[in-house]
Amino acid sequence: MSGEILLEIESVNRTYLDTDENSVEALRDIHLSVRHGEFISIIGPSGCGKTTLLRLIAGLDFPESGEITLKGEPITGPSPDRGYVFQQGSLFPWLTITQNIASGLKARNTYQAHKEEVPQFIDLIGLNGFEKAYPHQISGGMAQRVAIARALINHPTVLLLDEPMGALDAFTRADLQDKLLELWKNNETTMILVTHDVDEALYLSDRIVIMTPRSGKISEILEVPLPRPRPRNSHDFAAMRGSILEKLHLASAAPQPEYTI
Amino acid sequence: MSILSLISKGTALPRPKPGQSPSLFVSNSRYLLESAVSVTGFVAAILVNVLFPQVAEIETKVYQIGGLELTANLAYRIVLSGIVLLYAGLSVFSFFDPARKEKFLSRVAFRFASGLALALWDILGTKLQWLPMPFFPGPSRIIEAFLLEGGFIFQNTLYSLRLFTVGFASGVAFGVGTGILIGWFPKVYYWVFPVLKITGVIPAVAWMPFALTLFPTPFSAAAFLIVICAWFPVAFLTAQGIASTPRTLFEVARTLGAKTPYLVFHVAIPHAMPQIFTGISTANGFAFTTLVMSEMMGQPGGLGYYINASKVWSAYYKVFAAILVMAILFSAIMKVIGAIQGRALRWQKGVVR
Repeated sequence: MSGEILLEIESVNRTYLDTDENSVEALRDIHLSVRHGEFISIIGPSGCGKTTLLRLIAGLDFPESGEITLKGEPITGPSPDRGYVFQQGSLFPWLTITQNIASGLKARNTYQAHKEEVPQFIDLIGLNGFEKAYPHQISGGMAQRVAIARALINHPTVLLLDEPMGALDAFTRADLQDKLLELWKNNETTMILVTHDVDEALYLSDRIVIMTPRSGKISEILEVPLPRPRPRNSHDFAAMRGSILEKLHLASAAPQPEYTI
Repeated sequence: MSILSLISKGTALPRPKPGQSPSLFVSNSRYLLESAVSVTGFVAAILVNVLFPQVAEIETKVYQIGGLELTANLAYRIVLSGIVLLYAGLSVFSFFDPARKEKFLSRVAFRFASGLALALWDILGTKLQWLPMPFFPGPSRIIEAFLLEGGFIFQNTLYSLRLFTVGFASGVAFGVGTGILIGWFPKVYYWVFPVLKITGVIPAVAWMPFALTLFPTPFSAAAFLIVICAWFPVAFLTAQGIASTPRTLFEVARTLGAKTPYLVFHVAIPHAMPQIFTGISTANGFAFTTLVMSEMMGQPGGLGYYINASKVWSAYYKVFAAILVMAILFSAIMKVIGAIQGRALRWQKGVVR
């Protein structure tokens, strides 16, 4: 299974109009192939179009030109096969933790067939005892775990994570990163994570996609050859962190004028 | 806090810190004393009624109620005794639950003052009749209205309740329906919202002449008026609640495989629920007004009708009796709606105060 191309992004462009009606290039000529079971991070400064790219894969937005295919099929809209975890505050506040996790099953009328999985996923994310709590009664870290479980219960082929740990404190974040790795190993779900945290990307991913701001291009795709678990203070980790930071710095330096004759 | 701590100012009683339950500080003997104070006002009112000389001249009638021979004063004392027993019972009932205990204690001063106010009113309205008559009868005179025609008042109360229930329930249903359509479909918003905005500010009773002509019965005409007065705030706030649903929540649902019906019924409507209930509470107030006004202006029954019919005979004590029934009935209705709201919005508990 592993190694086989799962998701193919070919010459994708996306522009949008900003508030002054100027067209802004969010993504420009994006090519990316994601293998089955891979953990990929997309990293870049804010405004580089990384969330836009994730939304295109999710089918929440569509490219102007180019094509995105999953297992050879073009993406035409959102699907539970491509789970999506939003930044924060995405739980339904009127549903309990259990009901939130079950909401996808209920939305597709498959709850009766899969309801025994709900407690399993609560176990998996370690939220036993909070089954009947409402989202405002739990911490941000717990809420993100619920959001991940809510997407994973649909057994997606790909899990798209849009800075899911961006709003969390350092301890909770490290904790959740380990949880995510564990879920990834056990479920063989392909993961695509958008982040602006270099450590996070290095700690988790097989490959890191570095994007440049403004014209929204991929500047480099880095393999992370370090074996897991990756101690964050190891020499190799630090060296890679240094080189990625350097690349990001270069990538976000003032854009050079482009000459066209 | 309580009447005792108000009276015994200066004797340093331990004051509860914010967030700490005062009941922790109340000894059993103190609770007993506070309980006694809470009924003392009403006991005083009974004593005043029994002992204060009847200076002004009044006519004392005897009514036969279920084999009992009752006068207005006797009935008034029975009511007061009922209140005393009620609060005594409440005191015992609250004793075992810290939260109820705290609530009970917080109301002691008010209950004490209410009893004294009744005693004062009895003196001024019945015993001395210093208040202008017949506009401000004493409390026992108001009780007399129930002795005189309690059955008729009850009939009119049922009429009001029926009219309110029919009108308000359909108004809320109609309002929520319109609100969902306006909030969800931009086309409906474009065409219906301006109509809602313009017609909504017109007091419903202004449509009375049309309603009375167009509807076959006075009852359906009044029900129609209550429907439109409840419709506006409910529709308006429902539409707002639906339209303000964060896009993220819809996107989440779609990535989980939800289709449009789920987005409407399980995302937009639950999100709009708090606002729907705000609309219902607002509509509730409008609906009471419309109910009473339309009853006063052309119904064959109802508390509004009863007020109007009594006013013609200058029977102001009956007007007060009807007002008393309204106070109880409308509070009860608000309480029921509040309970439904608390149940439906229990997920908000702790988020909003």
